[in-house]
Amino acid sequence: MKLVGKGVPKIDGLAIATGKPLYTEDLAPANALVVKILHSPHASARIKAIDTAVAEGVEGVACVLTHKDVPKVRFTLAGQTYPEPSPYDRLILEDLVRYVGDEVAIVAAVDERTAQRALELIKVDYEVLTPVLDFEQAIGHPSVVHPETDLHCNFDIGHDRLRNIAATHKVEVGDIAAELAASDVVVEETYYTQAQAQAMMETYRAFSYLDHAGRLVVVSSTQIPFHVRRHLARALELPASRIRVIKPRIGGGFGGKQTAVVEIFAAIVTLRTGRPAKIVYERKETFTATNSRHAMRLKVRLGADRGGLIRAIDVQCLSDTGAYGEHAPTVFSVAGEKSLPLYNKARAVRYAGHAVYTNKLPAGAMRGYGATQGCFAVESAVNKLADALGIDPCELRRKNIIRAGEIDIYHNRILGSSSLDRCIERGRELIGWLDKYPRRDLGGKVRAVGMAVTMQGSGIAGIDTASAEVRLNDDGNYTLLLGSTDMGTGSDTILAQMAAEVLETSMDTIIVHAADTDVSPFDTGSYASSTAYVTGMAVVKAAGELREKIIVAAAALMNAAPAEVTFDGSILTGPAGATITLAELAQRSVVGPDRRQLSGYASHGSPVSPPPFVAGFAEVEIDKETGKVELLDYIAVIDCGTVVNPNLARIQAEGGLVQGIGLALYEDVKYDERGALQTNSFMTYKIPSRKDIGTVRVFFEESYEPTGPFGAKSIGEVVNNTPAPAIVHAVRNAIGAWLTRLPLTPEKVYAAMVK
Amino acid sequence: MKIEVTINGQKTVLEVAADELLADTLRAAGFASIRRGCDTTNCGLCTVWIDGKPTLSCATLSARMDGHDITTIEGVAGEAEAFARLLVAEGGEQCGFCSPGFIMTVLAMKRELADPTDEAITHYLTGNLCRCTGYMGQLRAVKKFLEVRS
Ligand code: FES
Ligand code: FES
Repeated sequence: MKLVGKGVPKIDGLAIATGKPLYTEDLAPANALVVKILHSPHASARIKAIDTAVAEGVEGVACVLTHKDVPKVRFTLAGQTYPEPSPYDRLILEDLVRYVGDEVAIVAAVDERTAQRALELIKVDYEVLTPVLDFEQAIGHPSVVHPETDLHCNFDIGHDRLRNIAATHKVEVGDIAAELAASDVVVEETYYTQAQAQAMMETYRAFSYLDHAGRLVVVSSTQIPFHVRRHLARALELPASRIRVIKPRIGGGFGGKQTAVVEIFAAIVTLRTGRPAKIVYERKETFTATNSRHAMRLKVRLGADRGGLIRAIDVQCLSDTGAYGEHAPTVFSVAGEKSLPLYNKARAVRYAGHAVYTNKLPAGAMRGYGATQGCFAVESAVNKLADALGIDPCELRRKNIIRAGEIDIYHNRILGSSSLDRCIERGRELIGWLDKYPRRDLGGKVRAVGMAVTMQGSGIAGIDTASAEVRLNDDGNYTLLLGSTDMGTGSDTILAQMAAEVLETSMDTIIVHAADTDVSPFDTGSYASSTAYVTGMAVVKAAGELREKIIVAAAALMNAAPAEVTFDGSILTGPAGATITLAELAQRSVVGPDRRQLSGYASHGSPVSPPPFVAGFAEVEIDKETGKVELLDYIAVIDCGTVVNPNLARIQAEGGLVQGIGLALYEDVKYDERGALQTNSFMTYKIPSRKDIGTVRVFFEESYEPTGPFGAKSIGEVVNNTPAPAIVHAVRNAIGAWLTRLPLTPEKVYAAMVK
Repeated sequence: MKIEVTINGQKTVLEVAADELLADTLRAAGFASIRRGCDTTNCGLCTVWIDGKPTLSCATLSARMDGHDITTIEGVAGEAEAFARLLVAEGGEQCGFCSPGFIMTVLAMKRELADPTDEAITHYLTGNLCRCTGYMGQLRAVKKFLEVRS
């Protein structure tokens, strides 16, 4: 292969690195009204009265909107395929506020200063209610987060509004009680994972205007342009045909921008005033009033025989979805779906529990999407089991992990590819496991190693669909039209690599266009690690179709059969040495009557979601005096099928690992007793800096996924999952105590050490 | 109030409010490379040079810039691109949103430190956060850049 497998630089790399004006805010019209939101100071309150008269009177204020001025139809902001499984539990503005940060009013003014002044002049009379803040107390709490009766679910997701249950889920295969009873060894533990901020560097932002035909155009930093159009249509009671959504370059997403947080506010201002409007969230608003990872409590029971075969896995989970239920049922189910099938010698598995409402920041999608939480709990329990059995944890995994060709007990589907066994072996050698496991005491400090494995998916089986079009232009170049979003992952580049590979051409002949709902082929969006795999297959098919058409067209010109024509990417050769260049064919396809511009168009959806795998190994050093954990070395060996672009895959992996390291060691979400988020800036919410991460090393053990483009699977999310359990394992090996609550702050480690 | 500043070698007179921040002034004056990732001087995205020293433009009052010399990435385009090529070759820009501020700090570091160790490089760049890349690729690019140029 000429391009697939090569470290091609990103097609937009130089422009974005050197600060060209390509992002949402750079493109907003200079005369756009500035939109600001008044956020609730209370975790739960009813708005008795709201007085906007003074604010509206300020010169330069274009409009002030409250719950009285917006449509009354409930919706979800979750960027999911219709009909969304997330509950329709939102209004644009409501007379009930459900968390500190919930929206109370929308202000638009000629500039930021005026908008800010107007915000301060709105008078709200609140009846303050008792909030539900502790998610373990939410079910059956006397305070009900969603008392409204018009809340709607598209499916039976086990929603129980009056008991604060957003979703209920249960999967049980085999007889879990009997298998646990028959096990020689049973380990049991309850684990907690915290909410985590996506903390992409470009905060939420969008702008909108009416075009020449009076249609609403919304330009947004989003991962889900097509879903945003649908959300806007429903929430604003506008036909979708009147709306166009464009996404420019995106300054990071990590799942946060799979929820349409701000678009509606700009759009409603444009509809009410007829003027362009833009909204840019500050960092503090991004922390307090958008969404985060779901915090979870996971109780795990593992049963095994003395030889180390895991026979039963039982996970009871409780997930905190906060004030609204975006992604509540799906993040919940993914936590089980992507962690239990790893250990396929089990005869019984069970995953069950609830996602509950509380009066806190809503949870949403974040890289790993529940699998991160599930992996942390199950892997920690497997390491605990290894201790109990006295078996090396690498060895225990080798005995139990699912292998290619096996049918997984959870989904009853065959696994197409896996090199996880090789990943474990290689990682073990690279970290020097035999020399370092479990610990080396250096006196004041102790060093230790730990490990974990994980799986994710590639797209959503049976649901995700992407389409792609490749056109042969009049000059012999190609245009690749996509509906997916490159958030910095380099997906535009790798999709162009795939098209170029099929068409045997070079990168510079492919023009990539993505995404504009007026122009782009439909794509569910860039989430669920779907772009390389699902959109990638659509691109391969579309490019293949175009290639065929090119050959057929050349054969017609040569009066030959298509089978007699060969194509090397630039020249078509027929019988008796007849040739025509692609450029000439392209030109002739657009001149004169009876011609037709050649294009390939394909859609792809997959009945399976093949898992990529990672084996992660951590080496830590702990200061016995302070409990501070220093990460010395982190090794991840990854099976993402064929590596389409090694440079981009490596960076994806390094970045995801560091986010996982942040979850493990630093990122600590704190609320005060009234339910206000205290960690609302980078002062208080600590994402890793370059000093905090030690050395992170990434390696690949390729497999070949038969259902993927050129054998590829996904890589985006899976890399997020192993750091937390591997680091907890290393800490346990260092200090002899298990920590069960993230992050591993020095206080927690010290307390565990001296207990 | 009026301030007279030199931006990327050009003397300019700007009208600014007393409490206006340099990041906003520069963006309003058309320097779109200025990005903001926080409002608390933690992220380094807004880094420009003031009189040759890397400085957070989100925490600098424009009024105080009267008579000073400001450099944005647009003003060192050639050198910035030379480093950006190495960064892009590593994949060390992902979303790219942090890159302009990061590059301004790297170029300043190159002027300031002779033959820095990995630790010295990491220390110098600590104020520049990146949520995408995990930093390792950026370090690889910086090391190549220093070798190439020294
Ligand atoms: S914007 Fe974050 S430091 Fe200036
Ligand atoms: S590349 Fe996205 S924040 Fe650094």
